Amino acid sequence: MAQMNMIEAIRSAMDVVMDKDPNVVVLGEDVGYFGGVFRCTDGLQRKYGEHRVIDAPIAEGGIIGAAIGMGLNGLRPVAEIQFADYIYPGFDQIVSELAKIRYRSCGEFFSPVTIRTPCGGGIRGGQTHSQSPEGIFTHVSGIKTVMPSNPYDAKGLLIAAIESDDPVVFFEPKRIYNGPFDGDPEKPAVPWTSHPKGEVPEGYYTVPIGEAEVVQQGSEISIVTYGTLVHVATAAAEKMGIDAEVIDVRSLSPLDVTTLADSVKKTGRCLIAHEATRFGGYGAELAATLQKSCFYHLEAPIARVAGWDTPYPHAFEWQYFPGLKRMVAGIERVLETTA
Amino acid sequence: MANPSRLHIPRPTARPGDEPDFSYLDLSPAGSIDRPSVGARTRDLEFLSAGLVRVLDDDHEAKGPWNPDLDPEKLQIALRWMMLNRVFDQRMWQIQRQGRISFYMEAFGEEAVSIAQGMALRSGDMCFPSYRNQGLYLYRGMNLVDMMCQCLSNTRDMCKGRQLPIMYHFKSGNVFSISGNLATQYPHAVGWAMASAIKGEDHIAASWLGDGSTAEADFHHALTFAAVYQAPVILNVVNNQWAISTFQGTAGGERRPFAARGLGLGIPGIRVDGNDLLAVYAVTVWAADRARRGGGPTLIEHVTYRAGAHSTSDDPSKYRPKDEHLAWPLGDPIDRLKEHLIKEGHWSEKKHAKLEEELKAEVMAAWKEAQQYGTMTEGPWLDPSTMFDDVYADPPQRLESQRRRMLEIHQQNGNGDHS
Repeated sequence: MAQMNMIEAIRSAMDVVMDKDPNVVVLGEDVGYFGGVFRCTDGLQRKYGEHRVIDAPIAEGGIIGAAIGMGLNGLRPVAEIQFADYIYPGFDQIVSELAKIRYRSCGEFFSPVTIRTPCGGGIRGGQTHSQSPEGIFTHVSGIKTVMPSNPYDAKGLLIAAIESDDPVVFFEPKRIYNGPFDGDPEKPAVPWTSHPKGEVPEGYYTVPIGEAEVVQQGSEISIVTYGTLVHVATAAAEKMGIDAEVIDVRSLSPLDVTTLADSVKKTGRCLIAHEATRFGGYGAELAATLQKSCFYHLEAPIARVAGWDTPYPHAFEWQYFPGLKRMVAGIERVLETTA
Repeated sequence: MANPSRLHIPRPTARPGDEPDFSYLDLSPAGSIDRPSVGARTRDLEFLSAGLVRVLDDDHEAKGPWNPDLDPEKLQIALRWMMLNRVFDQRMWQIQRQGRISFYMEAFGEEAVSIAQGMALRSGDMCFPSYRNQGLYLYRGMNLVDMMCQCLSNTRDMCKGRQLPIMYHFKSGNVFSISGNLATQYPHAVGWAMASAIKGEDHIAASWLGDGSTAEADFHHALTFAAVYQAPVILNVVNNQWAISTFQGTAGGERRPFAARGLGLGIPGIRVDGNDLLAVYAVTVWAADRARRGGGPTLIEHVTYRAGAHSTSDDPSKYRPKDEHLAWPLGDPIDRLKEHLIKEGHWSEKKHAKLEEELKAEVMAAWKEAQQYGTMTEGPWLDPSTMFDDVYADPPQRLESQRRRMLEIHQQNGNGDHS
């Protein structure tokens, strides 16, 4: 086992798959010679050449559109969109084309594109470098949506995504690229070497898309979350000294309803937490799904902790980010309510 | 009161009630445009985007350096395909008017584009068509019954009832699936061509869109990527003058031709008489040859005219002069090739009429067969539970639950009850 941060794990995933399958190509802004603004593709062009690791013009719609065409011609493209906030110029290509080509051609044509994109705040990125638009993509039939919360899952899920014949939008919570983050920006940064999921095999393995993970078992409450907030949730439970079950959804679509529902049936209480805005968000789908399958087990209404329904404000990042205080308050609310 | 704004509002030269006026069109005499070598430098090719490559002149003679000197037999075959395209469209239009299919789009007046380019490309070249390129599917060998069954959404529909009529797909013929979202196929063609080059193959890609769709971002994305990587691709703008009710000036065609759109990126553009099958064939062979030799993309503007309505949902008499197409200075592609062949002694009015009858009979026979697989009003019916297939290669469990639920509800109510 090697120690890797999330950037190294993501790079290793692409390296392993590119080595295994000559049809895997990487394209995106600054991904080639420079190795990506977050260094996720560092060294790949030197190793695999300019025809397989391609610096693209600044046109996200073009990157995704061209990747679709490459996929239609037998390649397995991994497109990087430099920030999730930049994905919208490619939205039509994702929603109207990538997601629907298999369906509209009854399986004759498909394009196995993986779109990697860093998301989330906490890096002083302001509203154009901090968004979490995953709920926009989970709403689209025909694509899978994934967000890992640690290096081990990042590598395994990315390999599974690249090898999947279905298109995958792969969100990378950039606040935790270099280490887990408990939601308190005042504390010194913690590296992944301090975390068991920073241990990553150097070779090939996959983490199947469609499976949630129980991060810690507990009996008092189920905290259903993903991405950066997995770490905030575990920190909040520890701080409160409660026996919480924390579940990392990690595969947002397809969703592992069984793992989530089993937990909520066991604890009878559920808090859903994500960094994205609340209204019409992915958490609403989780709440509706769990309410349907767990209604008679619930001892309190399902609650949500989420980003405020505003753009991500640069100067008020830590008032916006659903950190420890909001997570603790959310847990208290669910625990204090009785049916 | 005069509007004090200096904003220019593009207006067509004629609206309903006006005399058709095509004086805005820049025409070059047939045979007057040079044919440069396919290896010529892009900077030396700019004249091709300003002039109009024409081979057939007004007297139906083939002239000049672009004359592809095709055998009469090959021209007769081309004529047959264009006529089949038109006869098929006419039949399907009538069928829509009878309420037996929901929608249709015809290629009336633009048949030369698909047929000439289908002939000029190799079978391994990949086509990314627009919705008026049914001629490509026909030429590449798609069965008439299959096309009709698609339009009927019946039990033999290749799209299993998922797509509007005319949105065919044909993997074995290397013709992509048609999207209802405009211009999206353009970057696909460029990506496909890039992959061909990455894999070291010599197949090229080609795509088509209309003058109106050149305003879409995907058009510009595609041109940029094609130029940057010198992708082996032919990008076609079928300038049929009308995008539903807006004329080509609304898409920005008033000052410079669409063929010149790529010049700033170093993409050679060729403006061709789109109703001249010989000219379209010749410029396509030139562009394909250039692409296959590593010369990169070519943008071809086909100057043509949408002689019919945009679709069966459209009524062009509301926004352009009735019979404007009769005044179109570049004539009709079928008539022009027919007259050329007659002039050369390889065709006759009698043969033409006979062929037209044969094609009508062929289409009629196909229609009879197609209806046996179901129509909108009569079975057999497609199994609606197939709507849950092909959303994913690896479908999530929720789709299976939804399929079961849909079947429970609709089996209770019986087939055909959509309440």
